[in-house]
Amino acid sequence: MSKMNRGKRLVVIGNGMAGARVVEEILKRDAKKFEITMFGAEPYGNYNRILLSNVLNGTETPTDIFINPLSWYEENGITLHAGVKAIEIDREKKVVVGRSLNKNDSPYAAENPPLNGAATVEVPYDSVIIATGSRPFVPPVEGYGGPGAFLFRTLDDCAQIEEYAKGCKKAAVIGGGLLGLEAARGLMTHHVHVTVLEAAPQLMPAQLDAKGGRLLRSAIEAMGIAVFCGKITTRIERENGLIQRLIFKEGEPLETDMVVVSAGIRPVTEIAKASGLTVERGIVCNDQMRTNDPEIFALGECVEHRGQIYGLVGPIWEQAEVLADVMTEADPKAKYTGSKLGTKLKVMGVDLVSMGQTESFDPAGEVVTYREPKRGIYQKLLIRNDKLIGAILLGDVQVGDTLMQTFKEERKVSDNRSELLFGVPEVSSLTDVLEMPDSLQICNCNGVSKGEIRDRIRTENCTSVAQIGKCTKAGTGCGSCKMVIAQLIRAYAGEIVSNPSEHYYVPGVPLEKSELIAAIQEKGLKSVSAIFRKLAGGKEHAESKAGLASLLKSIWNEEYEDERDARFINDRVHANIQRNRTFSVVPRIYGGVTSAEELIRIGTVAKKYKVPMVKITGGQRIDLLGIQKEDLPKVWKELGIPSGHAYTKAVRTVKSCVGTDFCRYGLGDSIRLAQEIERRYQGIESPHKIKMATAGCPRNCSEAYVKDVGVVAIEGGKWEIYVGGAAGGTVRKGDLLCTVDTHEEVLKYVGRFIQYYREHAKYMERTYGFAERIGIGQLKAVLIEDELGICNRLDTSIEASVQSYKDPWREEADLPADPAQFKGPEWIPVLKEAVHHG
Amino acid sequence: MVEKNKLVNRSVNLGSVEKIPLGQGFCFVVGKEEIAVFRPRSGGLFALQNRCPHRNAPLCEGIIDNHHVICPYHARKFEFRTGVGSEKGESVQVYDVCVENGDIVLSKCPDANHVST
Repeated sequence: MSKMNRGKRLVVIGNGMAGARVVEEILKRDAKKFEITMFGAEPYGNYNRILLSNVLNGTETPTDIFINPLSWYEENGITLHAGVKAIEIDREKKVVVGRSLNKNDSPYAAENPPLNGAATVEVPYDSVIIATGSRPFVPPVEGYGGPGAFLFRTLDDCAQIEEYAKGCKKAAVIGGGLLGLEAARGLMTHHVHVTVLEAAPQLMPAQLDAKGGRLLRSAIEAMGIAVFCGKITTRIERENGLIQRLIFKEGEPLETDMVVVSAGIRPVTEIAKASGLTVERGIVCNDQMRTNDPEIFALGECVEHRGQIYGLVGPIWEQAEVLADVMTEADPKAKYTGSKLGTKLKVMGVDLVSMGQTESFDPAGEVVTYREPKRGIYQKLLIRNDKLIGAILLGDVQVGDTLMQTFKEERKVSDNRSELLFGVPEVSSLTDVLEMPDSLQICNCNGVSKGEIRDRIRTENCTSVAQIGKCTKAGTGCGSCKMVIAQLIRAYAGEIVSNPSEHYYVPGVPLEKSELIAAIQEKGLKSVSAIFRKLAGGKEHAESKAGLASLLKSIWNEEYEDERDARFINDRVHANIQRNRTFSVVPRIYGGVTSAEELIRIGTVAKKYKVPMVKITGGQRIDLLGIQKEDLPKVWKELGIPSGHAYTKAVRTVKSCVGTDFCRYGLGDSIRLAQEIERRYQGIESPHKIKMATAGCPRNCSEAYVKDVGVVAIEGGKWEIYVGGAAGGTVRKGDLLCTVDTHEEVLKYVGRFIQYYREHAKYMERTYGFAERIGIGQLKAVLIEDELGICNRLDTSIEASVQSYKDPWREEADLPADPAQFKGPEWIPVLKEAVHHG
Repeated sequence: MVEKNKLVNRSVNLGSVEKIPLGQGFCFVVGKEEIAVFRPRSGGLFALQNRCPHRNAPLCEGIIDNHHVICPYHARKFEFRTGVGSEKGESVQVYDVCVENGDIVLSKCPDANHVST
């Protein structure tokens, strides 16, 4: 080890996150100022204690969480006494005394075992930093200690808990704070039944109020963890040395095989006490992190500063910077004035943000709450003198970062308090769009930048999204940038002018969708050309044709007079045109389940027609790409499988996971349900494509939450129906429409939603836009509570469409409705003068 | 405005107009050139270069009205009479075409002399 003489001798007691951090900060400022020695009671380099839970639940290995390996100490010329515990600072002699720990000694024991001649180290110092941190608090429980009882604090604890849990069926966790709940989650992964015991009347009393605690509790119970609050453990009972049960101050005993204690922390102060420093709850420090001995400093969880003890890393980092500034004299006047605490946590999949106070005891204080029990959302703000003094966000933490800033910077909050929770989208997005760089591409489909759009708004006075689309093409591709374009118009033109034609169902017929449907029904218009004749002054309009054809089909079913020229090429030939003018063929594979026979047929066809690519699709089907138009009818016939409609605006696929047949997590028969839905609604035309999925449990393997319609099995034999999800250019989780018990009910509500969407969505409006435009509240009111009294009619209409459904491939394989459509180009010899045929 | 194709004084008979479904287009390969002939419901006959200048799509597969065809790939529009496209700098060749005795006749057709047997 290179021992450079760096002048002053600094001894750091404690090799945890605080000790290591302050050393890093010091080295950063002045690598030569000190000759550094560190004492660490654990026999490792320092590691990130925050990630311990991940070691227990197996998502990280111990080596993943080391911050600095042993080589770091060497490289920086630091002498590390690992596995050596500092036991005294001799302030007379100016030396720190340490002793080596035996393998079985706990690094965090409050009492030091008698020296008995154990090896000691004495290190002389000019300055000392105490960073001894904290130790787990063990409540007074009779019989604690011995096999099966653990703390949850160190890497070794994790390894031991994990090892012991292998032989256990039941585990109890004493302590329902953050770490206790993390320990419970970790234990669950080892397949033991876990019970959490909290002495306070609620979970996470430091971060949550009573209501929040209750909500968190039900979320955790729903995961299969038992929770008891207000439960004080008094005794651990053993038989033959093994833990049998826990005895409580009140109530029935609890049978368990092991106990993990995670009941909070207490500062480790023995060395400070032994050295005659001032200790209250922690080691008392001033704003420069100095103890009452001017040469001795302290930081981290062992410290009490302005009456406050911190158990989170944020404050430690702040303290480390101040202390490094002071010690290296980079800023001798640096001050730590305390931290405003905010925590952002994910407890077993439940999002939680908590800051400042959780309850208001001040008569001048205001409390603002928002609750949405069904989605497990609870939000609470505590405000005093127009400043945020505390907040709890449970279940929905989207505004967490903004609130945290508002809280930490003590910003004045708006008179309209609701803006804190729900934001002021227009104002904030206006600033956002104004700040976007000119070069930023807004429309990714057509490659239009912000600068271009802004210039058109200014020079051509574009005041509607449609006008921008005409000038620049922006917003005319997938349409997902239309909101941003609208904001740009608001930002640069002041206001947005709504153009009545934007509300027309199609541009060529000046009627909104409901008016158009009414007119079509009233006048009995059954073909696209009839609509142009009667409703558009006889003027054909190419862009309007496909939308009208789709609408007519959904209104009239088999009475619809099909004019093939009104269809998009894909719908004329029931296949999807590719960039090289060939077509893709996707046979229907109900619920993603196929058979050997079907696969053989698909393979045979692929070989015979020399299909250049056979691709598994995202929708759990098989795509034959590169088929010549002329071959399409033969391909369908030889496949003998119905069309998968992977080319049209209709019900496409219903993906599924393996559900209860094979999956060990499956709660519902997602495969059978997917097949039932797909058989019933296959190919139903709609304003845009409808992609669906069923999931056998909320793990969502089939991505049902982000489908146009997604059905998810939950505990209790129930199914949740989500609508309006998206995972394309726009990503959106679907909204929960309803929860039902049977497959029949799923089919009913799914059909009802599809029919309502068919009747009310604009052409090319996906369900995510539709669900947002109508609002899930309104959808529930109409489709579940039947507030408009139309549910019966919707059910009848969709049933009629289901009944009139015909597989287009089967229908046209032998006899195409329009044989010319499947013809390739005709070759005309041109050597002689034109001669008349015939 | 796009200039009409260099002319030769001969015309080519493409056969019965019934080959083109009403309201649709159909592609003929005349010599080396692909020509899309369109038959709007309102009557008349129009002929354009088949390939879209943007990404080479077959315009004959596009949806039409009395004046335009919409390219099936990316919805560019092209005017029947002029070949002018909806995008700056994109246009297609226009050919003269008419119906004679129920047959499609491409007159002043592309240079047939260059076509070899």
